[in-house]
This record gives sequence, structure tokens and C-alpha cells, in this order.
Amino acid sequence: MTYGIIRKDFVIPANDFTIAGEASSCVKKMLIQLGVDPQKVKKTAISMYEAEINAVIHANGGIAEVEIDRNKILIRIKDDGPGIPDLELAMQEGYTTAPDSIREMGFGAGMGLPNMRRYADKLEIRTEVGKGTIVEITVFLTDN
Amino acid sequence: MKVREFAEQLNMEILTGQKGLEKDVMGMYICDLLSWVMSHASKGDAWITVHTHVNIVAVALLVDIPCIIIPEGIVVEEATLNKASEEDIAILRTSKTAYQIAYEAGKLL
Ligand SMILES: Nc1ncnc2c1ncn2[C@@H]1O[C@H](COP(=O)(O)OP(=O)(O)O)[C@@H](O)[C@H]1O
Ligand SMILES: [Mg+2]
Repeated sequence: MTYGIIRKDFVIPANDFTIAGEASSCVKKMLIQLGVDPQKVKKTAISMYEAEINAVIHANGGIAEVEIDRNKILIRIKDDGPGIPDLELAMQEGYTTAPDSIREMGFGAGMGLPNMRRYADKLEIRTEVGKGTIVEITVFLTDN
Repeated sequence: MKVREFAEQLNMEILTGQKGLEKDVMGMYICDLLSWVMSHASKGDAWITVHTHVNIVAVALLVDIPCIIIPEGIVVEEATLNKASEEDIAILRTSKTAYQIAYEAGKLL
């Protein structure tokens, strides 16, 4: 690939399911255009979508910062939401605090954080109760 | 098999635009938990779901699902149909249950 560093920011609006996922779809299209390996596109798209949806349903929206260079795709999803009091508990498959109204829409299966851990090559979460959460997803484009 | 032929063979109503009908259907996936679909469905799967809100289109796009099948004649929001047409994802509908659809699709695919 022959591009330098590509940076793109997205706003993730609060409680708007009509556009939730838009940022992830847009990044997916970018990666395909750049000729990124389909398997890596998939890993990125799934983990970013989960983080984006979490910002929408748990944290009143936020922003996504995307950085792509020769070696990696870096996605940072930041919100000023309530934060996660017990991250280890939240990482467990099936754990959710999503209300029924959200679960009825098919969200809130408690699989978002586990999916991020599974599909991201590196996952870093910084969260503080009352302040917000930063989720950083890295997918490496080169081996080693 | 192309979505167009798949829809015709199974007698399904096509609710979206023409452009979404030229993709290939290679398999099928049935689930209503979006996170589960994201991580378990495969590229080319026709996806049966009872959800009709606009976010099903985002999920389909992310996993390369060519068409979404709405069973049991459920009404689909206009916004979802518009978004799907825009993104070339076909939405098909039938009065059959997920089981009946899968049974018939299994003989075709
Ligand atoms: N950005 C966030 N802000 C606040 N809480 C969050 C955030 N992301 C996740 N959580 C908490 O962690 C739980 C588990 O998240 P996740 O695994 O994505 O499952 P789900 O979104 O289906 O509930 C959520 O129910 C919520 O309590
Ligand atoms: Mg989630």
C-alpha cells in the first residue's frame, strides 16, 4: 500500500439508532478502497461497530478517531458517559445493563466488549465513573 | 445464486431497489441478536431476522450479507427500506416462518 497516514474523525450522535453504525460502515468502505486484506477489514468493522453502538446506547454518543498507516488501523472511541464501574465484570460474555427497550431491538446481548477483545489485535479501555470511557482498538496490518 | 433468483424461487416479496439483487447468496443465517450475527454470520449469507429497524442494514453491510429476509409478513419501516436501497442491500419478505424459509432455501443453495 502506498498511502501515508490517513486520519478521520466521526461524531457518534446520542441515542440515534438510524445513524448508529454509520462511522463503522464508512471506515469499512475506506479500508476496502485502500486494498486492506478482507479478514482485517472484518476484524476492524466488527470491533468498531460494537464500540460505536456502546457509545450510543450506554454513553450518550461520543466521537471516533480513526488513524490508518502502513502498519496498523487505530480506532479510538471516546465518550463523556457514565463510565464502567467494574470493567472485568463488563467484559464477561452476557453481562449487560441495557434496558429491555434496547434488548428488544437486538442490541444488549452483552457480547460487545467480548467481540472487541476477540477481533481487535489490541484492545485498551480507559474508563472513569462519572467521566467517560475511551476504547482503543488496534488491528495490525503487517505481521510481527 | 443471485438474490433475484433466490427471491423468485422462494416466492418472496422484494421490498428494495433493483441494484441489490445482483449479489450472490451462498448460505443462510438466522438470529436476532445483532452482536451474535456480527461475529457468526458469514459473507454471502441471507439473514433471517424479525428486526425491522434501520440498524439491520448496518449489520448486513458490515458482514457482507447480501439480503435480509423478514419472515411472517412483518411490516418494515420505510426508513429501513430507503437505507437498504441506498446501500444495495436487498430486503425480502414472505409470510413463511424462519423454519419454512430455511427448509426451502436448503434445497436451493
Ligand atoms: N461506553 C460505555 N459507557 C458506559 N458503559 C459501558 C460502555 N460500554 C460498555 N458499557 C457497560 O458494559 C456492559 C457490557 O457491554 P457490552 O459487552 O458491549 O454489552 P452490551 O452493550 O450488549 O450491554 C454494558 O451493558 C454497559 O453496562
Ligand atoms: Mg455493546
